[in-house]
Amino acid sequence: MNLQLVVESLPQLLGGLSLTLQITVISVFLGLVVAVPSALMRLSLNPFLRWPAHAYIFYFRGTPLLVQLFLIYYGGGQFREELEALGLWTYFREAYFCAVLTLTLNTGAYTAEILRGSIQAVPHGEVEAARACGMSGWLLFRRIVLPKAFRLALPAYSNEVIFLFQATSLVSIITLLDLTGVARSIVARTFAVYEIYIAAGLIYLACSYGILYIFKRVEKRLMAHLRPEERRQAQKATDPAQENLPV
Amino acid sequence: MLDLQGYGWMLLEGLQVTIMVGLCSLALAICLGILGAGAKLSGSRLLRAAANLYTTVIRGIPELLLILLIFYGTPTLIQNLAGDLGYDLRIDFNPFLAGVMTLGFIYGAFATEVFRGAFQSIPKGQIEAAQACGMNRSLVFRRIILPQVWRFALPGLGNVWMVLIKATALISVIQLEELMRTASIAMGATRLPFTFFFIASLLYLAITLASVLIQQRLEAWANRGIRRA
Repeated sequence: MNLQLVVESLPQLLGGLSLTLQITVISVFLGLVVAVPSALMRLSLNPFLRWPAHAYIFYFRGTPLLVQLFLIYYGGGQFREELEALGLWTYFREAYFCAVLTLTLNTGAYTAEILRGSIQAVPHGEVEAARACGMSGWLLFRRIVLPKAFRLALPAYSNEVIFLFQATSLVSIITLLDLTGVARSIVARTFAVYEIYIAAGLIYLACSYGILYIFKRVEKRLMAHLRPEERRQAQKATDPAQENLPV
Repeated sequence: MLDLQGYGWMLLEGLQVTIMVGLCSLALAICLGILGAGAKLSGSRLLRAAANLYTTVIRGIPELLLILLIFYGTPTLIQNLAGDLGYDLRIDFNPFLAGVMTLGFIYGAFATEVFRGAFQSIPKGQIEAAQACGMNRSLVFRRIILPQVWRFALPGLGNVWMVLIKATALISVIQLEELMRTASIAMGATRLPFTFFFIASLLYLAITLASVLIQQRLEAWANRGIRRA
């Protein structure tokens, strides 16, 4: 073990981490923007809205992220003339843009499926009560269904965010210098395989638990009204990585 | 019609390798999962701590990093250890074996959680009854627990399989000629990246679809003899 080297390369690794976090935050935000309309379309009774959303969600959940990434990054080149005509080629030439686009579409599909489940889980009584109060359409969605659905979705959504955070390591394959990319380049230079990769792994581990901690705080705030007093005291921290599976 | 310029067969061979890697890794993951769940539920504090460390660390680190670490790190580690002992050892990992070991090791951690839940779902009364009949621990495990555990574990294992088969694409970074890598090779030769990666993605979709159908059949099999309400 060469600890000296680990300490020396720590600033570089943390520089890579900042790119990782940047891509994660942008993709999580844009993914949510994609996911809400997709989930609503998926639940729509109109087949022209439902089927495109269904196909999108099915495709992005059923294929590996690496294929999606290559499809957009390398595949864009096959349509260079068309993209140039549209003025989009400057974007598709950039690995950063392709990475964010792919991760956004990917997490959007998974999140849409989570949201669909939680929208369907909103109790009928609440919807009926809202209708009885004269709410309908968009108002009903905005005031009753979506806030409730977001709360119900939170535990599954935290898993999805962790999954996305870890999935950003794939962008190192398309030349971006995120945490994994930096680790790979240091290893290529120094051959200190396990020191550097283990150091990078520990940084990922710490960040994963950091994200889980944030979600736990948010959940505590949003669910505070649902927890009886005595249980609130006795609530023990459950294993955070319990269901860390992105399906 | 679509012109694959003779690379269609290569993709199918890649598909075969992908499925083989996936199935072998799943088998390894199930073995590790049963062992890990046994360790997590055992009375020994040391075993419990080891299993907890395994699942926590593996699930908190990206698969790609673990693949790089295990594939490039293990030979170096063994060579260094051998060097310390005065042997000159050269090890070249077979990419197929390395891929299977890596994926099996990673998804063994996920399978551990699945089996832990499944073991805990088996009614205590049945185990007590078996003990009352004079069965020892291994017999109880073989005759009472193992036949039933699939019923509770299959939905979770189905999820693990879906994630695992998609993760096999990552094995292409260690040069194993599976579906993703053959698509890359075809792309390099034909300059049709979109075509080949799109076909590859459709093949992955086909695996997903087939898996869903097989999972339904398996669950029906595991639930035979269970009365429906």
